[in-house]
Amino acid sequence: MTPPSQAATATGPPPGGAPAAGAPGAAVTGRSPAQLMWRRFRRDRTGVAAACVVAFFFLVALLAPVISRLYGKDPYTTYGQNEPGLLNEYGYPVGPNGGMSAEFWFGLEPGLGRDVFTQLVYGIRTSLSIALVVTVATMVIGVVMGIWAGYAGGRTDYVIGRVVDTLLAFPAQLFLIVLLPVVETAFVSPEEETPVWLRYVSICVVLTVLGWTTISRLLRAQVLSLREREFVEAARVTGASPLRIVFKELLPNLWTPIIIQSTLALPLYVGAEAGLGFLGVGMTEPTPDWGRMFLVGASVYRQDITYLVFPGVSIVIFVVAFNLLGDSLRDAFDPKSRR
Amino acid sequence: MVRFFLRRVAGAAMIMVIISVVTFVLFYAVPRDPARAFCGKICPPQNLALIRHNLGMDDPLFVQYWHWLAGVFTGRDLPQFGECAAPCLGYSFATREPVFSAILDRLPVTLSVTFGAAVVLLTFGVVTGMIAAWQQGRPLDKIASASSVIGASLQIYFVGPLLVFFAVDTLGLLPRPAYVPITEDPGRWFVHLLIPWLVLSIIFTANYTRMTRSVMIEQLAEDYVRTARAKGMSGRTVFLRFAWRGAMIPIVTIFGVDLATLLGGAIITEQTFTLHGIGELAVRAVQNTDLPMLLGVTLVGAFAIVTLTILVDVLYAVIDPRVRLR
Repeated sequence: MTPPSQAATATGPPPGGAPAAGAPGAAVTGRSPAQLMWRRFRRDRTGVAAACVVAFFFLVALLAPVISRLYGKDPYTTYGQNEPGLLNEYGYPVGPNGGMSAEFWFGLEPGLGRDVFTQLVYGIRTSLSIALVVTVATMVIGVVMGIWAGYAGGRTDYVIGRVVDTLLAFPAQLFLIVLLPVVETAFVSPEEETPVWLRYVSICVVLTVLGWTTISRLLRAQVLSLREREFVEAARVTGASPLRIVFKELLPNLWTPIIIQSTLALPLYVGAEAGLGFLGVGMTEPTPDWGRMFLVGASVYRQDITYLVFPGVSIVIFVVAFNLLGDSLRDAFDPKSRR
Repeated sequence: MVRFFLRRVAGAAMIMVIISVVTFVLFYAVPRDPARAFCGKICPPQNLALIRHNLGMDDPLFVQYWHWLAGVFTGRDLPQFGECAAPCLGYSFATREPVFSAILDRLPVTLSVTFGAAVVLLTFGVVTGMIAAWQQGRPLDKIASASSVIGASLQIYFVGPLLVFFAVDTLGLLPRPAYVPITEDPGRWFVHLLIPWLVLSIIFTANYTRMTRSVMIEQLAEDYVRTARAKGMSGRTVFLRFAWRGAMIPIVTIFGVDLATLLGGAIITEQTFTLHGIGELAVRAVQNTDLPMLLGVTLVGAFAIVTLTILVDVLYAVIDPRVRLR
């Protein structure tokens, strides 16, 4: 929980220099909250390092085709099956450490014999883009619902509150795997092959349906207290419309929790997406996916532990970096708050 | 207190009904026909119709739901399977065993994993958090904080196989994770579940370490602690007698949430360690389009979550007398 930030009484520029900053003149007057935040952030060495790691992952995801071209392999070719001498008769890599070599940096996938390095690089694309889409979608829905419930109050608040309660009482993982086929069959009959884009969309939909409640609850509580503040009252007395109050008075004060929550939510969705893959209901072949790598890895770990280590270590580094970044952002945005 | 309790129980019952309706409706949106699976490979249409009739699937949706709901309270007679006594959740379409007893059979596995892990992680988290608060700013504190960040970022399906590989396959320290009934052999029950407990603890402990650390530090700055110190009470006594009490409230809150997460997360845990608990039952039910089983499992899960939420609220009042339950 983050209390309203230091800029709470100002109706001008929101902390964090969010795109909705309605006061371009603020930059001229000494230091805007955004600048203050930036200065605090830059001084935090852990935060800067974490930001670099996060940027690195985004860059790898964006440049995956380039990396794969330079490296000379792609994530789809079954090298181990095409070239003799790479996999043994049981389908495990012949070379030590999962077949790691100058040619296959991170080794080969047991069974199909695909290249682990490119799978990992392209897998970032899948995980990161799903997580991004879900984060944005949950934030939008959560912000709308949270502000609506908090500002409208009364019956609206009650209804939204009960919906949130019910969604939170669902056993989440179970609901995810129940909902996935339901969403899919809404588009495609079960006899047909599920197209890749559809699985992608249904994963996003399902994670969003279950995900928006957290931010909505948080924002509702914030709006409830902001609503009673003098500057909102002043705006109301001067005849500002509810829409204006929401966008110009409330929203600028809510950017801090929204941004912090997004940075903390994104790694959760990367984990959730990988979890779906691990349960066998995530992205389908041949789309490279970290979750499915865990599924394969968990079934062959006794013979080939290396294959499990690469996606495992990658996801840990990614999630740690993102969590540290989230913490640093919180410290920078909101120096008074304690963790 | 009584009124609070009644209101919360009524609310919880309402949520359970909504969840069962939603699951029921969602399931009917899946156009995979369980009657077809019953019928076998070569299925004449009249057989299919008969099976559908016997399963009660030719009734309108709300009639089917009503039969199901009535069955939960009064039991029902199912033509395909026979008599089904009072908390009747129906019979599994796939295995034809009664859902209620199938869940009861597997409950000990899931509960052992969850509550065992909860005990380990709560003790571990609170103790490391207290050490971190006690040693604030010193190396031990930094180590505790750093490892809690990493721990929280780990995934069960990564650390699980990794730990099994090293502790079981390479070093032979522990037996492979499995479930041995506690009534049969408590010792083996314990060692066989040690790895799942450890893995879950590693992941969930971080929250408690952080939370305990920050609330303890907050508590140590409180006036009453300063007063106690000024009166000559030793630092250790203040720490162990007073400060932790105030620290318990936020910990109880997240503990309630986490217990629910642990139970809900049983699916991945059981998949990772191939334990045969309720999570596994759920996955199979989804794969087999097994509506009665799925409903049963979802309801048990939801029941656990809402009960825990109420319990947490009651616990607040026990820990902090200032909290009034209304």
